[in-house]
Amino acid sequence: MVLLKIDDLKVHYPIRGGVFKTISDYIRAVDGVSFELKEGETYGLVGESGSGKSTIGKAILKLINMTSGRIVFNGQDLSKFSFGQMKPFRQDIQMIFQDPYSSLNPRKRVADIIAEPLRNYQCLTVGEEKKCVQNYLDKVGLNPDSMYKYPHEFSGGQRQRIGIARALTLKPKLIIADEPVSALDVSVQAQVLNFLQDLQKEFKLTYLFIGHDLGVIRHMCDKIGVMYRGRLVEEGISEEIYENPQHIYTKRLIAAIPELNPERRAQKTELRKKIAKEYEQLYPEYFDEHGRAYDLKSISNTHRVAMP
Amino acid sequence: MWKFILRRFLVMIPQLFLLSVIVFALAKQMPGDALTGVSMDPRISPERLYELREKAGLNDPWYEQYRRWISGIAQGDFGKSYTHKIPVSEVIAERIWNTVFLALITLILTYLLAIPMGIASGRFNDTWIDKVVTGYNYLGFATPIFIFALIMLFVFGFSLGWFPTGGSVDSKVDAGTFAYYLSKLHHVILPALSTALIATVGTVQYLRNEIIDNKYKDYARTARSKGIPETQIYTRHIFRNSLLPIAAFLGYEITGLVGGTVIIETIFSYPGVGQLFVSSIGLRDFSVVTAIVMMLGFATLLGTLLSDIILSVVDPRIRIE
Amino acid sequence: MEKPILQIENLTTSFKIKEKYYPAVDHVSFSVFENEIVAVVGESGCGKSALALSIMRLHNHQRTKIEGEIKYKERDLVDFSERQMNQVRGKEIGIIFQEPLTALNPLMTVGDQIEENLTFHTKLSKEKRRLRTIELLTQVGIPYPTRTYDQFPHELSGGMRQRVMISIAIACNPSLVIADEPTTALDVTIQVQILELLKSIQKDTKMGIILITHDLSVVAEVADRIIVMYAGQVVEIGTVKQIFANPLHPYTRSLLKSIPSQVTNKKRLHVIDGMVPSIVNMNRERCRFSPRIPWISRNAHEESPDLHEVAPEHLVRCTCYKHFYFKGS
Repeated sequence: MVLLKIDDLKVHYPIRGGVFKTISDYIRAVDGVSFELKEGETYGLVGESGSGKSTIGKAILKLINMTSGRIVFNGQDLSKFSFGQMKPFRQDIQMIFQDPYSSLNPRKRVADIIAEPLRNYQCLTVGEEKKCVQNYLDKVGLNPDSMYKYPHEFSGGQRQRIGIARALTLKPKLIIADEPVSALDVSVQAQVLNFLQDLQKEFKLTYLFIGHDLGVIRHMCDKIGVMYRGRLVEEGISEEIYENPQHIYTKRLIAAIPELNPERRAQKTELRKKIAKEYEQLYPEYFDEHGRAYDLKSISNTHRVAMP
Repeated sequence: MWKFILRRFLVMIPQLFLLSVIVFALAKQMPGDALTGVSMDPRISPERLYELREKAGLNDPWYEQYRRWISGIAQGDFGKSYTHKIPVSEVIAERIWNTVFLALITLILTYLLAIPMGIASGRFNDTWIDKVVTGYNYLGFATPIFIFALIMLFVFGFSLGWFPTGGSVDSKVDAGTFAYYLSKLHHVILPALSTALIATVGTVQYLRNEIIDNKYKDYARTARSKGIPETQIYTRHIFRNSLLPIAAFLGYEITGLVGGTVIIETIFSYPGVGQLFVSSIGLRDFSVVTAIVMMLGFATLLGTLLSDIILSVVDPRIRIE
Repeated sequence: MEKPILQIENLTTSFKIKEKYYPAVDHVSFSVFENEIVAVVGESGCGKSALALSIMRLHNHQRTKIEGEIKYKERDLVDFSERQMNQVRGKEIGIIFQEPLTALNPLMTVGDQIEENLTFHTKLSKEKRRLRTIELLTQVGIPYPTRTYDQFPHELSGGMRQRVMISIAIACNPSLVIADEPTTALDVTIQVQILELLKSIQKDTKMGIILITHDLSVVAEVADRIIVMYAGQVVEIGTVKQIFANPLHPYTRSLLKSIPSQVTNKKRLHVIDGMVPSIVNMNRERCRFSPRIPWISRNAHEESPDLHEVAPEHLVRCTCYKHFYFKGS
């Protein structure tokens, strides 16, 4: 079942100039992106900084205004709702942020941070709330006693888990994870990723996983969309993207993944050189005269590529 | 840049309009008018008073009076002062340069005091010099300016007699001579210094914090990694970056000073706009009062504009188009 | 045998916390040779950045104590005065920092920031300095060097800023460059370009590079030798082939196992139990990694463990590696 369907989403920011600040042009942060998420799957949006991947996540939650397009969640078109009307849907869609250091209010205790969404949406007694918070702390592997501590008393990985506990309290259906592990060390990253997978099984969660680390994306995602300059250039299940990339940009991205076997260094360098050359030569075939990627065309049931 | 300035001036029109309505309404709300004093005179009959009021337009409905007043201002005519019997613009013109001069000297003294103190205590924080400066700052924050100014006036004006205790220039010197300008400076030093000694503490504290903040920043570490001696790291990198917010604050500082002259000019009997303002309130000379408030309002708007322009000039990250 | 450019001997850097000194870098010894990339790997809090700053003596000296030897071309930098040190910084040893946006002065043009290095270390005229700066910008692959010369850092992309940072570090042809997480803040495609750039500069100048990073995949791409640090100590040291083909210390093995792209999709990743100890509360007498592998018997560890040579150039701390196995295997 399709849980979330994004249809021709555009987020354009006006560039203003002149005496009366008239609009002279637009920055096309997201420029006509369509994809869908099935219930229980993990969809990865991958791209470089500035590709618009985070903007999509924020537009779904109406943290920024979209210019046009449709966002259909659970059969409801969210794009028609105002920020206020979105309230009931915000229970079902939660977000996990990149930086566990700045996304938690340093002056609030962990108990208050985790209970905040509960207080906004549900009326629980003090006892119920406490039980609920302790339950989620336990779920994310933190000591229930830590509910009376402050964020600075925790390590980066633990803070990220507090952020996850907060996102879970309302039993959401969809979690938008915006670079959830890019600020963390490898071993801590492993912990958080494992944990996100466990939660997915337990709560039947659907993830929209936004990231730039191709290793992490591959590890986590069933389906991947590759973004470049506000457009999707390729979409498919993980194996298709990694083993059989079709778009020239995807190829370049995949070639950039670091090689963990030092013995194959020279080979990898050669491959990158080859792909870089190919990229230069074939660029006009994959992008139109404005440098905009073409619309996606299906090349198999699951695999879509931006080609003329 | 000019487009930006033009736009800001256009935005000022509604702001000044709003200010004028408020000022006018408040002036009208005040008990009495320019003829209140005259009405106490038993020799003037109520009929004659009515006639005078009618002639001055004081019996017209408020919107008619407002229309007349605002259209006058638009043409540069602020009306006539009842006490001075000459146009308001002339009354103000006589005094405004005194105020500008006072404000300028105060500003220079404020920064002359603030910059070395801020730099010294920021660079050598937690040493004895920092403790002395910080101590001075606490005193400055705690001391009300009017009390401090009175003490200064008493000590250096009356007791020691180093400085004159009133006026803006010695009446015995001829205008335009060197002695005349020297005398002007002599008169302005004490009020300016009294304000600067207190007003400087905000800037000192700000600069100190900026320097402490900047010296541990990554770019300062990069500068150290180039093998630049510590003193030069301060002169080339840290001072410049720390002074930036202060330079940007200059416009607001000017605004604050212009407002502050009201108190200081009254205490030092210095014939400036501030003193005129206070005395005009006492005399119910509302055409002068409203004109000064409008002027101060305009100065404030100009000050903020100046701050924005300075910031865009000194900080390459901010571009005004 | 050729002489190393840098030879560090028992380097201990301690930070003052509440009037007591705690070592963040603890008796570290290694050398860097010409034309070599030595990678220092470990998680945050292992002391690798403290080590980088110690070599340049860039710590706040009121709160830091440096002991041991930092021998740069036979001279011990630990004994140098600030004035002598300034002749080394930027001229003999250059450093590249992680976050190129904050590491550059926002109010100074790129050209001025590079030229500063030349002003303090060369006798070049103003015009010559400008030419050299533009040459440097070209060398680091900046497409419009004369235009970039007059630009401010915020006008450049992350990758371009890091190139500027590199050109500052190499301006005076140093014999040694320390790169502290040079690619962490960058996108993958840019990461590759920056690493390639460092290697190509090295080819021309024969400089030694110390690459500080937490990313083992970066190490696998470029390093010649690897130093794995944990809790301020070197726990394993070896050539890149030795470490990747035959990692021995439990920490090295655990780190390698927790990288996502190594395992097939959706399998559970390896997680190291517990946390990196803080420098204040740390048992310095025993194997510092032992609390994180509690299933390994205490007898497997050494008392005050030492580095043991297991193969030429391959050293491992503590005997526990002989008895180590992953939990559940």
